[in-house]
Amino acid sequence: MERDDLIVNDSYALNAHHDDAHGKILRKKVYFVTILLSLITAVEVAMGVMFKRGDTFTWTAIKWTFVALTLVKAGYIVMSFMHLGDEQKNLRNAVVAPYVVFILYLTYIALTEGFANMAIDNLMH
Amino acid sequence: MSDETNKNMSKEALWGGGRSPFGVTYGKMMMWFFLVSDALTFGGLLVAYGFSRASSTEPWPIAEQVFRALPGLDGEYPLIYVALMTFILIISSVTMVLAVEAGHRNDRSSVLKWMGLTIIGGAFFLGSQAWEWSHFIHGGGGGFLLEHPVTVEGDDGITYQMQAGDVVYMDHHFGHLMEQHLNGNAQVVLEAGHGHVSLTDHSDHGHVVELHELTINKYVAGETHVEGFKMYELWESRSDSYTFGANLEESEYAQQQAFSDFFFFITGFHGFHVFSGVVINIIIFFMVLKGVMDKRGHYEMVEKVGLYWHFVDLVWVFVFTFFYLI
Repeated sequence: MERDDLIVNDSYALNAHHDDAHGKILRKKVYFVTILLSLITAVEVAMGVMFKRGDTFTWTAIKWTFVALTLVKAGYIVMSFMHLGDEQKNLRNAVVAPYVVFILYLTYIALTEGFANMAIDNLMH
Repeated sequence: MSDETNKNMSKEALWGGGRSPFGVTYGKMMMWFFLVSDALTFGGLLVAYGFSRASSTEPWPIAEQVFRALPGLDGEYPLIYVALMTFILIISSVTMVLAVEAGHRNDRSSVLKWMGLTIIGGAFFLGSQAWEWSHFIHGGGGGFLLEHPVTVEGDDGITYQMQAGDVVYMDHHFGHLMEQHLNGNAQVVLEAGHGHVSLTDHSDHGHVVELHELTINKYVAGETHVEGFKMYELWESRSDSYTFGANLEESEYAQQQAFSDFFFFITGFHGFHVFSGVVINIIIFFMVLKGVMDKRGHYEMVEKVGLYWHFVDLVWVFVFTFFYLI
């Protein structure tokens, strides 16, 4: 099989060229993602304005919906706008995997410790 | 495709050097790794915000109630201004993708057009942020701490009890009248009526400002009359524990300082990224204009600054959710 990964005269950058027809397809995808991101943001704002904050189940559900929608937005920005989805799988993993593992751990540990005083409060009552 | 290729390669070919294991140039790969480390910084900041908020024993301000003003308009518009900023940044991210796409077709004039629009979008975002900071720092009318417990009757006829130490917030109108009073030509009188409160400014031909326009609509002093002068004294005597807006030492929005500190640091750090992104965009814009990229035969530099610019947008998406929405 032919090697496609040798660096000759900065060839990776040169390989990134495409013609006008292909460009049209790419632009269509960009417009789709634009509309999607704007819509998600609009939905988030509407939900934030409409629903009252509080220790209710509704608000907890909405908070998690915000998190989910944000992750969807982030996914589209990284995979589509930043073209990470088009890169090789090992580059994708090298970027995403360490980040996800580290941030999940940090979030877990910080929030567990952060709510610790409430747990102590509950014990005392 | 590349994974299959790797399987068919000898160890010398895999480890002998002279190739990129990721199939991208060194510059692009390093931009990705820089962005990972920068994302960890922002992730750490937002997690720290969550930690402080979760462990705070003081009430935490609701961000959408703090950031609810629009330039040049009275009234309350929660989240609208921040949503506008988010939209500006998303659109400038889109123009950046289109610049990168045009670069792949070696279409110099399109690259210039889209990069120019990206720079303008970035400048708009920075301007919006400057306004938001200014509004946050100067604040609304501020508020004052109550020295004695007070029974409050609102327009809705419901009675509230306010304890000593509660903060009564004022808005611009009231602050303005107070300023006039400071100049000695206004007498501000608070009157308690039947579920109705009005604020009279005698310097302005007895012009009555309805108090329900103000944030302190639920405030009626225990006595039927509270002269503005007294209120002023209360205000003055408490000036050490009272502030308009926010700075690094005190804040009208909360008893604790963490909220404003995180606001300044997180949005400030992000704003600095936007600023540097605009500067780098301008530099590359002029490189494209001078034909440097055509000489190189490719527009990868636009792609690299594009990665940085999208990252700035990506961070804002998270700041928007975790600082403003939740």
